[in-house]
Amino acid sequence: MTARLVAGKVLGALGTLAFVVVFNFFLFRVVESNPVATLYRGRNLTDAQREELTRQFGLDGSKLEQFWRYMEQTLQLNFGRSYATNQPVIDEIWAATPQTLALVGTSTVLAMAIGLAMGVVAGWRRGTAHDRVLTGISIVTWSTPEFWLGMLLLTVFAVDLGLFPTGGISDPSGPDGGLGELLDQAHHMALPCLTLTIAYLGEYALIMRSSIIDVAREDYLTLARAKGLRDAQVRDRHALRNALLPSTTLIALSFGFVLSGAITVETVFSWPGLGLLTYESLRGPDLPMLQGLFLLFSAAVIVFNLAAELLYPYLDPRVRAR
Amino acid sequence: MLVLGVFVAAALAAPLLADEANLRAITADARDYPRWASPAELGPLGTDSLGRPIWDQLVYGSQVSLLVGIAATVIAIVIGTVVGVVGGFVGGWTDAALARLTEWFLVIPFLPLAIVLAAVLGPSLENIVLVIGITSWPVTARLIRSQVLSIKERLYVERSRALGASGAHIMGRHVLPSVMPLVIANATLTVPVAILSETALAFLGLGDPTRVSWGSMLEDSFSAGALGQEAWWWYLPPGLCVIAVVLSFTLVGRALEGILDPRLRDSHAVGR
Repeated sequence: MTARLVAGKVLGALGTLAFVVVFNFFLFRVVESNPVATLYRGRNLTDAQREELTRQFGLDGSKLEQFWRYMEQTLQLNFGRSYATNQPVIDEIWAATPQTLALVGTSTVLAMAIGLAMGVVAGWRRGTAHDRVLTGISIVTWSTPEFWLGMLLLTVFAVDLGLFPTGGISDPSGPDGGLGELLDQAHHMALPCLTLTIAYLGEYALIMRSSIIDVAREDYLTLARAKGLRDAQVRDRHALRNALLPSTTLIALSFGFVLSGAITVETVFSWPGLGLLTYESLRGPDLPMLQGLFLLFSAAVIVFNLAAELLYPYLDPRVRAR
Repeated sequence: MLVLGVFVAAALAAPLLADEANLRAITADARDYPRWASPAELGPLGTDSLGRPIWDQLVYGSQVSLLVGIAATVIAIVIGTVVGVVGGFVGGWTDAALARLTEWFLVIPFLPLAIVLAAVLGPSLENIVLVIGITSWPVTARLIRSQVLSIKERLYVERSRALGASGAHIMGRHVLPSVMPLVIANATLTVPVAILSETALAFLGLGDPTRVSWGSMLEDSFSAGALGQEAWWWYLPPGLCVIAVVLSFTLVGRALEGILDPRLRDSHAVGR
């Protein structure tokens, strides 16, 4: 890929990001109600106090002034203060990010491994009982609302059987620091992680299955068979490698969705990550917090999308040639 | 197909199957229904924490879930088809701009965008439909656009143009009818996504507070602590209904797609 093409794609991604930032401003400012009135409802404020608060929330001046100030602050990663806690939005977001990365990252990797394997088997043995069962499982798990699955697993494994904690990230009376704390957190993460893994694997399986079916007609597979390779060798060395190519885009994209992927499941298990933060900011609604979260979620997807586009030509020489 | 028929019939015949008054806590109080009653105590499905019978909620919930699913799909499909046909047919700057817009909507994470829109617009049935509709069209637009690009080059379109037909005439008479089957198959696959989105939004408390939907039943049961009470009769049925409806729409959609395009048969993958 030429430097020009790379620059073009990077510029395109930056353009998309800029569009999100501008969209974000209009979405929240144009429709927004007056937070000062909402937050201090029923309290007697002097005009001076009211002005002071309006200024604190960055809502004074004309829309155009607000817009420039907003752009300036956003470029400095300053998203204002949360209406709910009065803490800087960015601090709260950073504090919640590691938990989400741990939970959704683990589930995505697990779901990917299991789902892709399921897809390969189903696609390779298309039309057999294997295929029907695996595809059936994939479609059913895809059709299930993930938070409902979480509720079921929570009832069975945490409430009925008492094998796992019902929510949160650690036991307040549990071990502090070191390996013990880590194990305690893993114990808390097991159920939400299982929920997300089951919820995600269907999509990977279906996409992998269709990729395998697409490459199954290719001549190079006939050649590989004619060379006398065993079926498993043809599948793993030839079909799988080629079928993985279209999946890379999906895989890169799904890493982009890691941050925003678990809003409902984190809510069910009160897992203190970005999803629970989103849920809590909806109560207010805590607009600066939502604004910051939305920007972060979008930025993550845009960055990984760009990564997928840049990576693809290196993985598939056929694209590079064009 | 059969399952779908049952659910549509239930939604249409809701007043015959269930008593709408039972959706209100006041009626439940007046009729002295027990709270947290299991199906064994009060048939057929027991009651919730306010004594409202689950059965009536489930039947009326099907109305909202199906309505939102179908109405949002209509919006998404109309936007997607218009953007796809116009972009693909007109080409040039219009196409470039529309393609950019489509790509942008594709890249924006769907649920956060829907959440933000719903939070800003406020919870009501119309807003939920609108929010899901305007966030679900890009996949359709892209699909239709690529189809239009290939139809545009066909001989009969060429002939029509040679005979002096206007762009609008060709779009209406030739392009639109030939993408219609694709549009319908795509619509069938958009409905389940819309229903799942409604369920998720309602679970997050962004649904219409005056209506019962399957998602809002799940939200009610979750926030009332039905999990700890082991009131399975409350949260199990709505979830199963969602799965049944989503599953049947998906299967019908995949079958339709397979009929329209044999090359696609069995190879369709559903996107999140």
